[in-house]
Formats: sequence, C-alpha cells, structure tokens
Amino acid sequence: MKIIVCIKQVPDTAEVRINPETNTLVRDGVPSIINPYDLHALEAGLRLKEQVGGTVTALTMGPPQAEEALREAISMGADDAVLLTDRAFAGADTLATAYALSRAARKVGFDLILCGKQAIDGDTAQVGPEMAELLGIPHIAYVKGLVGFSVEGVRVQRLMEDGYDIVESPLPVLLTVVKELNEPRLPSLKGKMRARKAEIRRLTREDIGAEEERVGLKGSPTQVRRIFAPETRKERKMLTGTAEEQVTRLVEELKSLKCI
Amino acid sequence: MNYFLTEEQQMIRDLARQIAEEKVVPQRAELDEKEEFPWEVMKTLAQSDMFGIFIPEEFGGLGMGSFELCLAVEELSRACLGVSTSYAANALGTYPILLFGTEEQKERFLPDIAAGRRLVAFALTEANAGSDAAGVQTTAVKDGDHYVLNGTKQWITNGGEAEIYTVIAITDRTRGARGASAFIVEKGAPGFSFGKKEKKMGIRASVTRELIFEDCRIPKENMLGREGMGFIVAMKTLDQSRVGVGAQGVGVAQGALDEAVKFARQRVQFGKPIISFQAVQHMLADMATQVEAARALVYAVARYVDSGAKEITKASAMAKVFATDMAMKVTTDAVQVMGGSGYMREYPVEKMMRDAKILQIYEGTNQIQRNVIGQALVREAARKA
Repeated sequence: MKIIVCIKQVPDTAEVRINPETNTLVRDGVPSIINPYDLHALEAGLRLKEQVGGTVTALTMGPPQAEEALREAISMGADDAVLLTDRAFAGADTLATAYALSRAARKVGFDLILCGKQAIDGDTAQVGPEMAELLGIPHIAYVKGLVGFSVEGVRVQRLMEDGYDIVESPLPVLLTVVKELNEPRLPSLKGKMRARKAEIRRLTREDIGAEEERVGLKGSPTQVRRIFAPETRKERKMLTGTAEEQVTRLVEELKSLKCI
Repeated sequence: MNYFLTEEQQMIRDLARQIAEEKVVPQRAELDEKEEFPWEVMKTLAQSDMFGIFIPEEFGGLGMGSFELCLAVEELSRACLGVSTSYAANALGTYPILLFGTEEQKERFLPDIAAGRRLVAFALTEANAGSDAAGVQTTAVKDGDHYVLNGTKQWITNGGEAEIYTVIAITDRTRGARGASAFIVEKGAPGFSFGKKEKKMGIRASVTRELIFEDCRIPKENMLGREGMGFIVAMKTLDQSRVGVGAQGVGVAQGALDEAVKFARQRVQFGKPIISFQAVQHMLADMATQVEAARALVYAVARYVDSGAKEITKASAMAKVFATDMAMKVTTDAVQVMGGSGYMREYPVEKMMRDAKILQIYEGTNQIQRNVIGQALVREAARKA
C-alpha cells in the first residue's frame, strides 16, 4: 500500500496577529507548524500502514524551509518525504497548487492520498478535492471515520451537519479528513533522530513535468482583492442566575429585540 | 541559560516538554484529584521512546545515560511530579537489571522495558526497613531450582501497575547485610499479590502499594547478581537513581516558579501588578537563583555519573539533598507569592507544594543523604591522613 499524505506548513495561528492598519497577517517571528488537520491525515496514514503494511510518503509544496515540516512528519513515522519546491511555484492559488501536487503524486505513485480537510491559514478546503479531479480519481471529503479498508477500497464515515454518511470507494482514492478522525501521535525520539538524518527528496517543476503556465502566479485564476479581519461586535450581554431565570430573561431579551 | 546540551539532548528535553505540556498539564489536576494512575501518559511516553533513553541500543534503547534521563524527568516534573514519579520509578526498578543482570536477563527484560511495554518497580522498603534498609524481613529460601519468597514490601511505587519487580530479600539471615539478595519477580508469579493502596498527601497520580509474597516461587535464573549481593545491588541502584530525584526537584521548582511569575504579573494590588513590588521580586529572585544553583549541581552530577566514575555516592546524595530541599522551599514560596490563590486548587502550586514534600523523604531521606555525605567526608579525610 503506497500512501501519500499531503501536508502544509502554516503559521501557528495561536501566535498570529493581524495588523489592523494593513489588515494583513503579521508573519514576522511567527513559528511555523504543520497544518493541524494534516496531522490527522498523517496519523490516519500511519495507522493504516501499521495495519496493512506499506509506506507513507509526506508531500508538500513550499519554500525550502518547508523541509522542516517534512522532517517533523518523518519524526512521527512517515517513511520518506518529498518537497516540491521551485521559484516557478510561487504565488500559486489552490488550483495551481493542486495541479503541481497532483503531478508530484503521479511521479511518486500512490494507492491512497490523504489530506487535511483544509489549511488553517487559507481555509479554502479546495486543494484536496481539486487534486483528485486533476488526477481523475474519486475523493471523499470530511472523513471522520475509517470503517473498512482493503486492497479493493475504503469504507468511510463522512461528516455531515446532521450526522454522517457511509461512503465507499475503490482505490486509488483521495480522502480529506477532519479532527474527529483520530488523535495524532507525538513524535518519537528514534523518529526524530531518523528525521534529522533523512534525505528529503526535492522535485522542481521540470521534475514533475508541469506546464509552466499552469503553476505559480501564472497558473492562478484567483486574485486577492483585499484581506481584512471581520469587525468584532462589541455588544454583549451575559445572563446570570438559575437556568430558569436565564431562559426567562433570554426570551424577554429576544422579544424586545423583535427576534421572536 | 545555556546548559551546553548536544542536539540529541535538546531533542529529548524538547519532546519531554511537549509531552508534559500537551498530555500532562491538561489532566494533572484530575489525576491528582482522582488518584488515578496516568496510563495514557505512560503510553505516550512509550510511543515516544522515552522509556528507552538510558537503555543500551542493543536492547532497543537509545543508549544514553543518567543525564539524558534527568532532562526527561525534569520536564515531566515541571508539569506533574506524580507522573514523573511513575516514570522515574520505572528507571529505578530497571537499574538492578541494567547494572547486575546477566546477558540472558537483559535480553529477556530490557527490550520490553525500553519499548514501554512492561513497567518496572523497585521493592526494598518494608514496614521495619526504611532508612534502616538492613532491617528487611522478607525472605527468599532456595528450594531446588527455585527460590521461595515470603514477606511484605511496603510503599512500593508502581506497585500493582508494574509487571516487573526487582525485589530485595534475605537469603541468609546470619550474614546480616551480606545476607540479602536481589530478584526479578514478574506480576502473575504464583504467591505474589498486591495489598493496601496508600492514600497520599501528594504525587497522587502515582501509585504506592504493598507487595505480598506468600510462598512465591520464582526460578533461580531470576536472581540478580550472586546470592548475598542484595544490598550492593540496592545501594548501587540508589546511587544511580538519586540524581534523578534531584532532577525532579529542579523540575517541580521550575514549574512553581513559572506559575508564581505568571501570577505576579497579572495580580493587581494597590493599583499595580504585584511583581512590581520589591518584596515579591526579591522572593522570585531568590527562587530563580536557587533553581539554577540546584540545576547546575544536578547536571554536573548526572554528567559525572555518566563519565563512569566509581565513587558517585557522595555526589549523587548531594544532588538529591540540595535540589529537593530547594524544591520544598521554592514550591512553598510560590504558594506564598500567590497568596490565597496559591492555596486554592484552581492553581497548580498547592499541588506542587504537596508533591515536593516526598522528594525530601523517598529514595533515602535527606537526613540519610547527609549521613552518606558525612561518612564520605570522614572516609576521604582518613584516606588523606
């Protein structure tokens, strides 16, 4: 079983501030982490490998320093890692990113691709499904449970607003996962030592045979007009007392606001 | 401060810190309240290879030493001394096998210990054998290819949870201190059961329990060292582990200091954060200085132990006594700095203060440590004279 886990290096949102003047992220001095959802994808990949055998390859596209994220993935148990890095990839939107990643996945080879449902910096949740489309394979998004797994295919629980669906798919397939799926493990000391020495395979645009006009800024139809922080509403009222008193007050408040 | 750690040592410290912050801190109050053994944390430690730090690579460990173990113990202690006691007691129980085990014994037990598959406990103390370790009453009588153990061990950390026990018992009462031997007893051995589970003032996440041996038969291959070496096994083990208790002191004190500083910055009285008052600052300054002094001693001694030095008894006793007296003082002062809040269970320092007390008592009371240091001074002086 060849499993690819796509990861993204993102700024640690717990540390991120927004510059109120420019409405942009203040990235200076903010530590980078693996996108938390991707850790759940990695954990799922590692557990499958432990159950059915095979390899887990961590794949990311990013600047050379994204290698750090890949080493962390190895320290958790990934067998190897591929860094897709090239100046030509700079400025990519989700489509250009998904195109590059799909080319890399083809090059590496896979039976299963796992992604986090979305990245905490962009929050689009587009790259996984776009990759699957570009690869011409099925995808199941928002996976919260892996019910069955064999060489023939997967049977998963897909998180919905009012419960979950059971979805089956043959392999190869791409899954994007949610946090409910599992609890990611911490790295191990042996893993960290292996990660320190591990060779990270680097691939450029040419290596993956990607068309120049389909990657980076050139290949990105999305244009960002403005980034801004939503204004926070300052008006808040806290109701206290027993549950009954609170409910009575709440109903009164809602009536007075003509909400009910 | 720069402690001149190698890259690998930093890695151990950082990962232990990550485990402490992510897996221990969120549940330490609950573990304390419920007196619950921290199996979940133990599993995480196992998965992260933390049990293998001081075990040779040929037995599945990382092949490092006391110092690296101290770094891990310190970080866990900073979060919860109950958790770190369970972890450190495992090392204490393992040292007899590591130091005195035959190749077969090592091959049989160390890989499981290194992987964290089986937890270990060390059993010396009895109702009438505490500081006076020679008062051990538990007997081991040879019977063909077996030894038959009878007696009760008291206050055994990891008792009941551990699967491997290193036990000191008397094989020949006429020989006094030379009449004790050390044995490996596995959970499930016939005639081996567990008694009273103690209710403690602190380190309540750790388990402290009686071990009961009633005609417990164990194969003679389970003896560690030779017959009569029991006290040597015990003393060499404690020499090795004591510096780890010092590391526990440094850890819990650092944890308390961090909490006190954080609180003093937030707490406003007389219109100012209390950290701006000199009375508070001086207390914090003393606490921080004492923590660094103890850390310097513990690190120096741990490195000394790892250098292969033969005479480590005095140094390890010094590290233990200094760092743990310091821990009692600093955790008490942390409660004082935080005042009424410090005394309440909503804040972690009252627990740290309760926990710290055991460090002055277990693995040789601090009075016994001073005896040990004093005796070493006498011996050294006599040698020079």
